[in-house]
Amino acid sequence: MLIKGVALLAGCYILGQLLGETLGKLLHVDANVGGVGFAMILLIFSQNWLEKQGKFNPEMESGIMYWSKMYIPVIVAMSAVQNVRIALSSGVIALLAGVIPVVICISLIPLVSKLAKNNLQ
Amino acid sequence: MEYITTLLSKNGLIFAFLITGIIIFIADYLSKKLTNHKIPGSAIAIFLGLVIAYFGGIITGGNKGIADIKEFSGFEVMGGAMFRDFTIVSTAMGVSFSVVKKTGFAGIVSLFIGVVLTFLCGAIIAISLGYTDAKSITTIGAGACTFVVGPVTGAAVGASSDVIAISIATGLVKSILVTIGTPLIAQKISLNNPSTAMIYGGLIGTTSGVAAGLAATDPKLVPYGAMTATFYTGLGCLLCPSILYMLIGLFFA
Repeated sequence: MLIKGVALLAGCYILGQLLGETLGKLLHVDANVGGVGFAMILLIFSQNWLEKQGKFNPEMESGIMYWSKMYIPVIVAMSAVQNVRIALSSGVIALLAGVIPVVICISLIPLVSKLAKNNLQ
Repeated sequence: MEYITTLLSKNGLIFAFLITGIIIFIADYLSKKLTNHKIPGSAIAIFLGLVIAYFGGIITGGNKGIADIKEFSGFEVMGGAMFRDFTIVSTAMGVSFSVVKKTGFAGIVSLFIGVVLTFLCGAIIAISLGYTDAKSITTIGAGACTFVVGPVTGAAVGASSDVIAISIATGLVKSILVTIGTPLIAQKISLNNPSTAMIYGGLIGTTSGVAAGLAATDPKLVPYGAMTATFYTGLGCLLCPSILYMLIGLFFA
């Protein structure tokens, strides 16, 4: 059934977020630490496990696929609720401090991925 | 006319589905007719989203983009953190676990480089624009990480509210820049494989920006970038008000 896939996804999501919140509490950080990442790892593992048990059927998969295909529309909606007005009107400091570090980090990407590749070989 | 407004805001989420669908339809059309598919439809759609967010903010003076207009209030749910994170997690289906394992360490290293470098860069900009107290410098440096790290750090070190507002704006500028810029520079930095996407997510961080930027570049890369980016805000909230604040405190009162 379709709902089984959605429920699997929801279960991984809730558990992952819970782990992230708990980790944040333990580290005394007022934020969720890696909740989405934990949820993704849980989903990968549980999908693998169910496949090995022969219990992961195509209909379950389409329950998860639906949400994965809704991803871009959700991102479009997300960009429509950003506070673009403030971002554009907060003056030079927000612009400079928002742009320059990104440019520097992006220029580092080829270097870091090269180092990563060399280390693996 | 009043009852139409009521109807639309009562069915806000459904109305948001409709409008988003129309935006994507228009974006695909523009992508085909104006750019011959050179700029992907999703990139144009995300940009159109930012444009209507701007007008929403101008019309209402509010902070939630188009969602401040009553009829469009459903966008707050559809574009909120819950749907965003839920759909990001769903993209993990079909992720190659061997890639994640192979690039995992490089991803962690790039997270640390990303947070520290971005913070220091933001701090230096704050200093060169005349800030001299450790609290403000730290908060603006944190804002350069993401728009969550900024206010969390500002509250932790006790920065003034206008500095916290600047830090949020800084994080927003970053997120918007990453959203628009990623598809444009992807080819130049060989952002076309899962490993680089993981490193990119770690260095850049801002989940919404990375997620939207990668979606517009190549949707297959989204889960890899999102997986590292999701740790960035947490790491920033951990390092900025503690070690990095102390570091700034060594040089400024």
